[in-house]
Amino acid sequence: MKSIVIGVIGADVHAVGNRIIEYTLTREGYNVVNVGVLSSQEDFINAAIETSARLIMVSSLYGHGELDCRGMREKCEEAGLSNVLLYVGGNIVVGKQNFAEVEKRFKDMGFDRVYPPGTTIDDVLDTIKADLGD
Amino acid sequence: MNNYLLVDFGSTFTKLTAVDLKHEDIIATSKSITTVETNIIDGYESSLKQLYLKIGHIQFDKVIACSSAAGGLKMVAIGLVEELTTEAAKRVCLGAGAKVELVLSHHINQAEIQSILDHNIDIVLLAGGANGGNSECVIYNAKQLAKSSVTAPIVFAGNKDAADEISAILTEGNKTFYICENVMPRLNVLNIDSAKDTIKSIFVKNIIEAKGIKKVEEIIDRVVLPTPNAVLMAAELLSKGFAGEPGLGDIMMIDLGGATTDVYSMSQGLPTQMNAMMTGLEEPFAKRTVEGDLGMRYSALGVLQSLSASEISYWQKQGIDLVSETLKRYKNIEFLPENDRDFEIEDVIAGRCIDIAISRHVGTLKSIYTPMGMMYQQIGKDLTKTKYFIGTGGAVIASKNPKIMLNQALYKDSKPLELRPKHPEFLLDQDYILSAMGLLSMDYPEIALRIMKKRIIHL
Repeated sequence: MKSIVIGVIGADVHAVGNRIIEYTLTREGYNVVNVGVLSSQEDFINAAIETSARLIMVSSLYGHGELDCRGMREKCEEAGLSNVLLYVGGNIVVGKQNFAEVEKRFKDMGFDRVYPPGTTIDDVLDTIKADLGD
Repeated sequence: MNNYLLVDFGSTFTKLTAVDLKHEDIIATSKSITTVETNIIDGYESSLKQLYLKIGHIQFDKVIACSSAAGGLKMVAIGLVEELTTEAAKRVCLGAGAKVELVLSHHINQAEIQSILDHNIDIVLLAGGANGGNSECVIYNAKQLAKSSVTAPIVFAGNKDAADEISAILTEGNKTFYICENVMPRLNVLNIDSAKDTIKSIFVKNIIEAKGIKKVEEIIDRVVLPTPNAVLMAAELLSKGFAGEPGLGDIMMIDLGGATTDVYSMSQGLPTQMNAMMTGLEEPFAKRTVEGDLGMRYSALGVLQSLSASEISYWQKQGIDLVSETLKRYKNIEFLPENDRDFEIEDVIAGRCIDIAISRHVGTLKSIYTPMGMMYQQIGKDLTKTKYFIGTGGAVIASKNPKIMLNQALYKDSKPLELRPKHPEFLLDQDYILSAMGLLSMDYPEIALRIMKKRIIHL
């Protein structure tokens, strides 16, 4: 069973969407490792090391995602997770910004997939399966 | 069944506790120097002679012992990530009553293998990876151990997916090994019992033999446990109760010795305030931490190192020179306080040990500003509501007013984020009976519990 690490980053306590992601991915046959809300970059990374996860999915709903996610790719490299896939989604920036620019900023930070507000986990399932070779 | 004799082969003293089962009480205690270097039986017999002097020659139906002699049970805990499987492995060792000499994480190198050899490790605990997770690292570490000259038994308690390959590697390397359940089967889930029970059985089967302790089984029934494990069992029994006999609920205990300061907490440690959330690795109900750098004699210099220059000069103004006083105790480990001044200084040093050891044991809060207001992350146990706090160990028992030092365990305004006990009732284990009661509880838990409730006094 392939492992996927999920959780809500930073000082963000939005728990519901994270539960839905856990439910859906579990149903799809993945070993979902949920680090929960209020999680630091290190929490995601440590969980990925111990569970050999190929994918880390970061959720952020409260607008501070850009600050919270900065440096995460570098930390993954440092932890020996250079091949891990990083996804991010939710309301990841403050206010209404042009999403193409937002996506570029997060891709420059080393995220492989960046999703705008309103994207559901079901929309992304095919991409996850393709990325993980399922 | 009438009388039991319970023996604790300590690093310094061999302590005897005679128990009358019918009257559910302690008949007498005695102690003399442990003689494991020559013949462990000598120290036992001289202690027994003292006991007979007090109470006459009586028959014992059973004589069982625990031991921390000859260096105790020395272990290395190996894991993958420091905060996860490494920490889980360390907690298993402490829960089994071991001294954790080394803690290693990630891929272990030759220098670390050498340090395992240098520390004369008795048992290696090898963990790493949640089940279904990383197995590469723990397999690599098994290979490092297999090709080394380490002869200590290896307990594997890592990712179950790696178990077969590790069995093959360690068999090939001619190592003695045991395969257990994973110490962290899922993220942040702690699984202590399987590995702990294996460690205890290796201790009884091999370690006491290797240390020359088993010889004593010629004249007593059995050596059954490492001493700290017996204490942990007693404390858990005292907290939880047994059958119809109620326990005390949430308790903490400090055992202040010459070389180490041990802290125990029997509590779930769940958050007691609304806006705190637990995070990190699960905590065991019966938790033990050991501070090897804090003690009244052998480790007195560690206490000195913890003091800042301004604190040293503060005490100097009170007329206490902590530099020379700690050095004196370190150099002469048999030092006993004689006058009021000595007792006062003992209280100061002891208070310091307790203060720091409690800081390291209890959980902490980390404040986070969120759009929903201030929230706290709780790392470790919330022990603020602990009902009873028990003091034991030489310095606490000998003190003229143990409350002074025990007060150092309490919540402090200067450490507001530490979840220290706030209003516990202080108790004193004045006869040092906990390890003996742990042993007795294996056969007669309800009697051991009633004796503890009778003999551990309120301060």
